[in-house]
Amino acid sequence: MKVVVDMNKCQDHGQCVFAAPEVFSMDDSGRLAYVADPDDALRDEVEEAADVCPLQAIRIED
Amino acid sequence: MTPRSARVVVAGASMAGLRAAEQLRAAGWTGAITLVGDEPHMPYNRPPLSKEVLAGKAAFTSLSFRPRASVADVQWRLGTKAVAARLARNTVELDDGETLSYDGLVVATGMRPRRLSCPGPLVGRHTVRTIDDAQSLRQALTRPAVRVVVVGGGFIGCEVAATAVALGARQVTVVDPLPLPMAGPLGELLAGALLKRHEERGVRFALDAGVTGFTGDDHVTGVALGDGTVLPADVVVESVGSVANTEWLDGNGLDLSDGVLTDEHLRVGGRPEVVAVGDVARFPNARYDGVPRRVEHWCIPTDTAKHAAKTLVAHLTGSTAGLPPFAPLPTFWSDQHDFRLQSFGAPALGKEDVRVLEGVLDGDVVVGYHTGGRLTGVVALGGQAAAVAASRYRAELLKQPAPTA
Repeated sequence: MKVVVDMNKCQDHGQCVFAAPEVFSMDDSGRLAYVADPDDALRDEVEEAADVCPLQAIRIED
Repeated sequence: MTPRSARVVVAGASMAGLRAAEQLRAAGWTGAITLVGDEPHMPYNRPPLSKEVLAGKAAFTSLSFRPRASVADVQWRLGTKAVAARLARNTVELDDGETLSYDGLVVATGMRPRRLSCPGPLVGRHTVRTIDDAQSLRQALTRPAVRVVVVGGGFIGCEVAATAVALGARQVTVVDPLPLPMAGPLGELLAGALLKRHEERGVRFALDAGVTGFTGDDHVTGVALGDGTVLPADVVVESVGSVANTEWLDGNGLDLSDGVLTDEHLRVGGRPEVVAVGDVARFPNARYDGVPRRVEHWCIPTDTAKHAAKTLVAHLTGSTAGLPPFAPLPTFWSDQHDFRLQSFGAPALGKEDVRVLEGVLDGDVVVGYHTGGRLTGVVALGGQAAAVAASRYRAELLKQPAPTA
């Protein structure tokens, strides 16, 4: 599974961090960091993260 | 396994309807799904309508949700409205004359803006709920030197006022019957701080003030207040709450007094084959006091869809859901000018005991709301640091018991 975040859209709401903490995180200054090629076992979590992104900036590419 | 001929009808095709369809698939529903929606558009994201889209920083075409692959085979009936339902017969009637029968029904018809019923012209008066509303408001706001009156000092009203200032409006005034904007959800401490921030950035306020009418012949020229003042206005935005789209459910013995009442599993009227999702659902939250409420936060369509889909699919497939009662942790945000409000939990339930937890009111601040010594919610105001600080309290709010009903 490949995860792509449109960083031009991302506004660092952090909802994805709550949904999929193994894939998405915030650094100390509140900027998003993420794992671009997470294990496929995390697909449900990543789908949820994509759903709850207020900017709809997260895309899953197979 | 579900029979191929079985069908779930989802009435309402905005975010809640889409998420319901996706979650039905995720919960194992392999039967047919039909989504019925009155707007001609595929489901789209609404928060940017009062902010980035209105400001011209994001295109209208960028708002559409990307549906999950699992719903590629659902039937979309866009531009079509559910006008009646006979729950005893498992049927829904559409405005094109067709009657759909269903095995399961998802009520996802949402809200529409409440309108002011004062006398005066209609042209020049706007609401911000749909993409079409926002398009027309953007056109009006981008004319040179407009004077704008926003009626209603809630989150949407204040976001629109901030955006109008950013677009260069000559004058922007927010009218509200209460003494402070956003005090209902946030309490006086933060509302006072927000009033100050808005005023510093050029928004004017007419508070403790009611609208009695609109001046002008064909087009609005002003907003008349109860004390006789007339605020000159080329553009009026009505942001005075919303009304649940439940008329189509009349005649089924349901409690439709404010949205559609559900039980703790989002079932409607004691019917296991009917569930409600999104902001039309009035549900008890087991995390708090068990009083059923509608919640108009952005996260609610997704949260309710997930729970309701499991409830419904378990019933339709004859299995047991065994779900704990629905107990979402509410969260909302609002972007206004250069600051963001970020909330977790239920601040409105703890307004009698409000304390600054971190920071200072005229800078980045995190405010805690308590009842009986218990933290019910936090709200951060400011930049990114405040939001990060607030999210630390989220874990504390989550740990608190979600009592079983």
